Amino acid sequence: MNPAALTLHDAGEKLRKQELSSQELTLAAFQRISETDDKIHAYITLCRDVALEQAKQADERLKRGGNTPPLLGVPIAVKDNFLTRGMRTTCASNILGNFIPPYDATAIKRIRAAGAVITGKTNLDEFAMGSSTENSAFFPTSNPWDRARVPGGSSGGSAAAVAADQCIAALGTDTGGSIRQPAAFCGVVGLKPTYGRVSRYGIIAFASSMDQVGPLTKDVRDCALMLETIAGHDPADSTSADRPVPLYSEALTGDVKGLRLGVPKEYFITGIAPEVEQAVRDAIRLLEKNGAVVEEISLPHTEYAVAVYYIVATAEASSNLARYDGMRFGHRAGGKDLLETYMLSREEGFGPEVKRRIMLGTYALSAGYYDAYYLKAQRVRMLIKRDFDAAFQRCDAILTPTAPTTAFKIGEKIADPLQMYLSDIYTISVNLAGLPALSLPCGFDGDGMPIGLQIIGKHFDEATVLRLAHAYEQATEWHKKKPDI
Amino acid sequence: MKLTREEVRQVATLARLRLTPDEEERLTGQLENILQYMEKLDQLDISGVKPFTHAVDVVNAFREDKVTNHPNAEALLANAPDKNHTFFRVPKIIE
Repeated sequence: MNPAALTLHDAGEKLRKQELSSQELTLAAFQRISETDDKIHAYITLCRDVALEQAKQADERLKRGGNTPPLLGVPIAVKDNFLTRGMRTTCASNILGNFIPPYDATAIKRIRAAGAVITGKTNLDEFAMGSSTENSAFFPTSNPWDRARVPGGSSGGSAAAVAADQCIAALGTDTGGSIRQPAAFCGVVGLKPTYGRVSRYGIIAFASSMDQVGPLTKDVRDCALMLETIAGHDPADSTSADRPVPLYSEALTGDVKGLRLGVPKEYFITGIAPEVEQAVRDAIRLLEKNGAVVEEISLPHTEYAVAVYYIVATAEASSNLARYDGMRFGHRAGGKDLLETYMLSREEGFGPEVKRRIMLGTYALSAGYYDAYYLKAQRVRMLIKRDFDAAFQRCDAILTPTAPTTAFKIGEKIADPLQMYLSDIYTISVNLAGLPALSLPCGFDGDGMPIGLQIIGKHFDEATVLRLAHAYEQATEWHKKKPDI
Repeated sequence: MKLTREEVRQVATLARLRLTPDEEERLTGQLENILQYMEKLDQLDISGVKPFTHAVDVVNAFREDKVTNHPNAEALLANAPDKNHTFFRVPKIIE
């Protein structure tokens, strides 16, 4: 077996026992990349030389012993919307093109301090806007389980790289499902932590009230170890939470007895693929058999979430993306005056989906429409949050499908933006309410495509989410299946 | 919600985007379609509902009022499309 197929905790154990060196493991990951990435296209930029240097340093630290964090010497892939000092960062956009960040995102700083080896920067929908990675300005990424299908998005490159064993684990961001939906489509584990749990400093901003950093991993224990590493307060992000970070890996007791699980009836509606519904219901039954208490609940404002999200997210995006003016960094077009330079730089630099969202957001914020769109959306967002508050009075966690279908075909939804937006229907409420949620494999459909189970927790209760996910994983084998590339 | 091409052009100017006539036409249809979907929100009675501000209650995050300079001005300027010594060069603003 190629050691790149190992989980983070297994690889870490071998590294600490010196049965495997970080340099061997890193070379194995790059071997796997060279064997498979011409088919998957998960990476935009590879950082082989720097990675091997980091691996060498990790091996020295491992040899010295003492403090050896779980990520020490482990190859990690990073979505290309994290600023990485000295390492080209594109956000899959022509407007950033050859941008070389002068500093590291806080999450990057933390994994570097833990001794992680960064393999490279993975593909995404331009500015993380999309659900299929087809909106990358460079190329689409393929799903490792079926190359004719999308890996999901926007963290499609990170999810595909984990599924294809091109790294041990990966970092992504999730604004409306961008970690969980690609995790579901690629058959891996993906966690969006509570808003504020992980610093957003150095993440290229899309919708600041919802953006959150999280891990994509091969199993739940890996997810817990990654979260322990990246979570915590950061003075550079005023919305990051000043709360202690628990040792999430210690929450993985395997015991779900007495946990109260809510199943929202609004999530099992027309549009859900029968095989997805079946797999999720089977997963819920299994947890019930193991001692959890399941009850049907209602989140009555669910059907309004997509409309709310695409007003709030685009409004914030239109404001965040105003900085791309071609003056201090990024693409600058030659115009006859300042205004024309702005307009041409942005015309040439942004792709169609980004323009569509900037337009929608600008419209929603413009004079005369602010109350009718943005303010109204924020009021309905409050109702959505209250739905969850009420549900969590009775439950410890909520179980749903991650996406209504398995991975769709490349090109299938790209011409119809609204259909694409509706594929996020089960994930976006979580971002609107700022809750933590995880997707993990719970089966395969008739075409052999993975199905994801979503577990939603209370604010800052990632421990319960991970505990449940781990208990389910222990009772099943889905996470052990690998795609044949 | 009916959207005219004139409105789309006006929003594009506000957003500092130049659209080709093709893009303008395509976007008019697409935005109209999406805005129509947003009308769903009109079904709800939201009078008296406070707008959402934060997912988790937060208080002001104050920090010490201390000047901190990025240690590497050269790296900050390295991405400039145009520069002169330690300055960004931009197109002339005043006639």
